[in-house]
Amino acid sequence: MNKRFALAAALVSLIAAGALFAENTVLINAAGATFPYPIYSKWFDVYHTKFPNIQINYASVGSGAGISQLLNGTVDFGASDGPMTDEQLAQAKIKVLHFPTVLGADVPTYNVPGVSTDLNFTQKALAGIYLGTITKWNDAEIANANKGVNLPSSDVVVVHRSDGSGTTYIWTDFLSKVSPDWASKVGKKTSVNWPVGLGGKGNEGVSGLVKQTPGSIGYVELVYAIQNHMSYGKVQNADGKFVKADLAGVTAAAAGAAKSMPDDFRVSITNAPGATAYPISSFTWLLIPSQISDTAKRDAIKGFLNWMLEDGQGYNEALAYAKLPKPVIAKEEKAIGLIH
Amino acid sequence: MDRAAPIRSGPRSFLRRLTDGDQIAHFITLIFAASILLITTMLVYQLWTGSTDARHKFGWHFFFTTTWDPVAGDFGALPFIYGTLVTSALALLIAVPLGLGAAIFLAELAPRSISDALAFLIDLLAAVPSVIYGLLGIFIVVPMMRLYIAPFLKATLGFLPLFQGPCYGVGMLTAGIVLAVMVVPFIVSVSREVLLSVPADQREAAMGLGATRWEATWKVVVPFARTGIFGSVFLALARALGETMAVTMVIGNDPKIAASLFAPGYSIAAVIANEFSEATGNLYVHSLVELGLVLFLLTFILNGVARLLIVATEQKGMSQA
Amino acid sequence: MSFRTAWRKSVNIMMLSLTGACALVTVSVLIFILGYLAWNGASAVNWDFFTKLPKPVGDTGGGMANAIVGSAKLLLIASLIGMPIGIMAAVYLAEFGGKTFSFIVRYTTDLLNGVPSIVIGIFAYAVVVIPMKHFSTLAGGFALGIMMIPIAVRSTEEFLRAVPRNLREGAMALGASKWKTIATVIVPAALQGILTGLLLDVARVAGETAPLLFTAFSNRFWSPGWNQPIASLPVMIFTYAISPYDDWHRQAWAAGLVLLGLVLVINIVSRFVMARRAAFLRG
Repeated sequence: MNKRFALAAALVSLIAAGALFAENTVLINAAGATFPYPIYSKWFDVYHTKFPNIQINYASVGSGAGISQLLNGTVDFGASDGPMTDEQLAQAKIKVLHFPTVLGADVPTYNVPGVSTDLNFTQKALAGIYLGTITKWNDAEIANANKGVNLPSSDVVVVHRSDGSGTTYIWTDFLSKVSPDWASKVGKKTSVNWPVGLGGKGNEGVSGLVKQTPGSIGYVELVYAIQNHMSYGKVQNADGKFVKADLAGVTAAAAGAAKSMPDDFRVSITNAPGATAYPISSFTWLLIPSQISDTAKRDAIKGFLNWMLEDGQGYNEALAYAKLPKPVIAKEEKAIGLIH
Repeated sequence: MDRAAPIRSGPRSFLRRLTDGDQIAHFITLIFAASILLITTMLVYQLWTGSTDARHKFGWHFFFTTTWDPVAGDFGALPFIYGTLVTSALALLIAVPLGLGAAIFLAELAPRSISDALAFLIDLLAAVPSVIYGLLGIFIVVPMMRLYIAPFLKATLGFLPLFQGPCYGVGMLTAGIVLAVMVVPFIVSVSREVLLSVPADQREAAMGLGATRWEATWKVVVPFARTGIFGSVFLALARALGETMAVTMVIGNDPKIAASLFAPGYSIAAVIANEFSEATGNLYVHSLVELGLVLFLLTFILNGVARLLIVATEQKGMSQA
Repeated sequence: MSFRTAWRKSVNIMMLSLTGACALVTVSVLIFILGYLAWNGASAVNWDFFTKLPKPVGDTGGGMANAIVGSAKLLLIASLIGMPIGIMAAVYLAEFGGKTFSFIVRYTTDLLNGVPSIVIGIFAYAVVVIPMKHFSTLAGGFALGIMMIPIAVRSTEEFLRAVPRNLREGAMALGASKWKTIATVIVPAALQGILTGLLLDVARVAGETAPLLFTAFSNRFWSPGWNQPIASLPVMIFTYAISPYDDWHRQAWAAGLVLLGLVLVINIVSRFVMARRAAFLRG
C-alpha cells in the first residue's frame, strides 16, 4: 500500500510541477519565415539572456503559415520573406505593421561537368532556363556571357523548390521583372506552376539535387550557399554588370530602395539600380499587430524591436545576413511608435 | 439474482437492461466504437467546409485537370492522384512479398529467441521519423538509383515504357522503394504475431500428412492467418497513401504524368505538405484541402476494392476446403 | 525417391531460404539505418544533449532536453486518447458487434488510417488550436492520439479474435458472463499480441512531424503544464535537418538516435512489466 501511495504522490507532484509557471515570465509565440530563422534564433536567445523573464518562441514553419497564424490570432507576431498582399491585410482584424529585419539574397548554384569557374548568367539566360526555352548548356545566351569557358552540349536540368517559400518568391519576383514572358506565363508567388524542372524540398533538397545531378542548376539562399561552401554564379544586374552575391552587394541593392521606401515598408528590391547592387536581393519582415492588448507583451515586443534595430544588427554579418541601411533603421524606429 | 420480468419497450426497459453487466459492457464499447465514426465524420466535415471555394469553382473537372498553377488560380488533382496510386502500388509490390517472407521466416523457422529479438528490432524501424527516411532516401537511394538500379533496369527491361526516359535519381520508383522500407515493419510485425498465434495442431496435422515444412506453412498456416495478414497489408497501404515527408524528398515534386517510373512525380500528401504552410488566399488553400478530400475518397475506393478481393479469395478457399 | 518428392523437397529448401533472405534484407536495412544514424549523430549525443536547451547555431553546448521531455509528454497524451478508444472499440468489434455496424466501423477505421498526417494536423488545428487561440501540448497529443486509434483497433481486434474458442467456451461453461469472460480470460490471453500492436502504434506516432507543426508548434524553452506550445524531437529533427548548418545536421541525426532510444526504452519497459506479470501469474 505504501509503495502505491508513494507512486501516486510522485505522479501527482510530477504533474503539478509540470504546471508551474513563473509569475512574471512573458511568453511570446511567433511563427513564419524559414530563411531568417538562424539570425532570429540568435537574436531571441541573446535578448532572453539580457531579459531572462522574456521568452520569445519562434517556429520556422514558413512565411505563409506565419501570415495565416497571425491572422488567426494563434501567434503574437509573424514573419515573412514576402510582404503581405493587400488582400491578406484586408483580412486582418487588427492592422498589421511590417518591420524589415535583415536582407538576404538568392544565388544560382550549378553542377556543370568540366566547369569549375564562376559562370556569368544574363537576365535573359536565367529566365530562359527556367522557362524551358534554353535547354543546353552551350546555348548562345549562356556561352556569350562566358567567353573562354568550355561549356558542354548537355541538357540543362532545372531544379526549383517544391515547398512554398520566400526564397521562391524572391526568385520569381526577379524573373517577373526581367522577363515579360515569365510575368505573363508564370508570375511571382511563394509557389508557382514551374514550366520545367525537378522540385527539391527546402534549400537542402535543392542543393542535394544539384550536387547529385550533372548538368543541373538551382537557386538557394545566399546564407545557405556560404555556410555550405557551395559555388554559385554571377548574375547580371539592372546596370548590366555581373555581380557575385555578397553582403556588400545586397546592402547596395537596399540602399537604392531606402530612398523611396514606402511608409509601410512593403517594397521589392529585386533588380535594383546601382553598379554594385546584387539583383536578387530582398528584405524579410516581421509582421507585428499595431494593437497589442497585453501590456507586458507589448512592451517586450517594442523593446525587442528597438534592440534589434541597434544592437541586433551587429550579429547579422557573422551569420551571413546583410545589415539594414541606416535610413531604413531610422524610419523603422519611428514606426515602432505606432504599436499601442 | 432474482430478476423481475423484463419490461418490453420504452426507455425504462433500456435502463433496466443496463443493470446487466454484459449490456453495460456492450454499451460502453459501442460508445467507443461510435466515437471513431464521430471523429472521422468531423474530419470529413472539416475537409468539406474547408474546400468550398475550390469545389464550387472546379466541380468535377478537378479530378481530370492536370494543371496546378497557384498564380493563375487553376488547380487540378489528376497528376497527384496518379502519383499517389503509382507510388503506393510500387511500395506494396515490394513490401508485401518481402515482409511476408520475413514474417514466415521469423514465425516458422527461426528459434524463438532470435525471432523475438529480430522482430523487436524491426519494430524499431516503424519509429524512425519520416524526415530521416527522406534524408536517407536522398543520400543513399537516389544516387543508387541513378548510378546502378536505373541503368540495370534499362538494360534488362528497357523495352517496357515503364523503364524508359532519363533518370535523375529522384522519381516514382525511388519514392516507391523508400515507402516500401517504411511500411515493411507493419507487415512483418503483425503477420509474424498472427502466424505465431496459429494453433500448433494445424501445422502438426499437415506435417503428419506428409507435407514438407514449406507446404505446411504456405498451404495451411498462412491461409489460416489470412485475415490478419490482409490486415497488415491494409495498415501498410494506408501508411503508403498518407506518407508525406519522406515522399516529398525523393519523388521529384513535378506535377506531371509520365509513363516511366524513372520520371519525377507528385503525390497528394506531398503537395499538401509542401504548399499548405505557405498557401494564402482562399482558393489556393481550399484546393489543397480538396486534395485531402480526394485522398479520402481514394482510400475509400481502394479499401472497398481490397475487401472485395478478400471476399472473392475467401469464397474460393471455401469451395476448395 | 520419386521425382515429385525430390521436387517438393527442393521447393521446400528454396522457399525457406528465400524467406530467410527476406528476413535478412529487412534486418540489414534496419542495421544500416541505425548505423547511419549512429555514424552521423553519435558525436553529438553527449550529456549536454540530454540536459541543455537548444542554442542558436554557432553556439556550442546546446541540447534538446526540452524536446525529449516534450516527445514523452506528447506520447503520453496520445496514448491516453488513442489506446482506450482503440482497445474498447476492438473489444466491441470482436465480441459484441452486429454485422453491418461492425463493417462500417472497420471500414471507417481503415479510412482514418489513410488520412495523411498533415491533414490530421490541420484538423486538430481547426478543432483544438483555433478555439483555444493558442498551440498546446494537448492539441499535439490530440492529433497524435487520433493517429494511434486505427492501428490500436486493427491489431487488438486481430489478437482478440485469435484467442482459441475453447478458452471462451471453457469460461462460459464455468458460468462467467460475457464481460467477465472478456475481461478475465480473453484479453489476458491476447495481451501479448495487443501489447505488440500498441507498441508498434506508439513507435509510429513517435516519429510523426507534420501533425505537430500546427498543434504543438515548437518551443525554444521548457513548456510548463499542458497548455503551451512544446518542443518535440521530430519537429527539431525537421527544423535542423533542412537548415544549412553542419552542427545542426549532426544534432538532427543525434535526435533521430535518441528518438529511437526513447521508443526502445518504452518497448523494453513494457515487455519487462509484461514478463513480470506473466511470471507472477504462473506463481
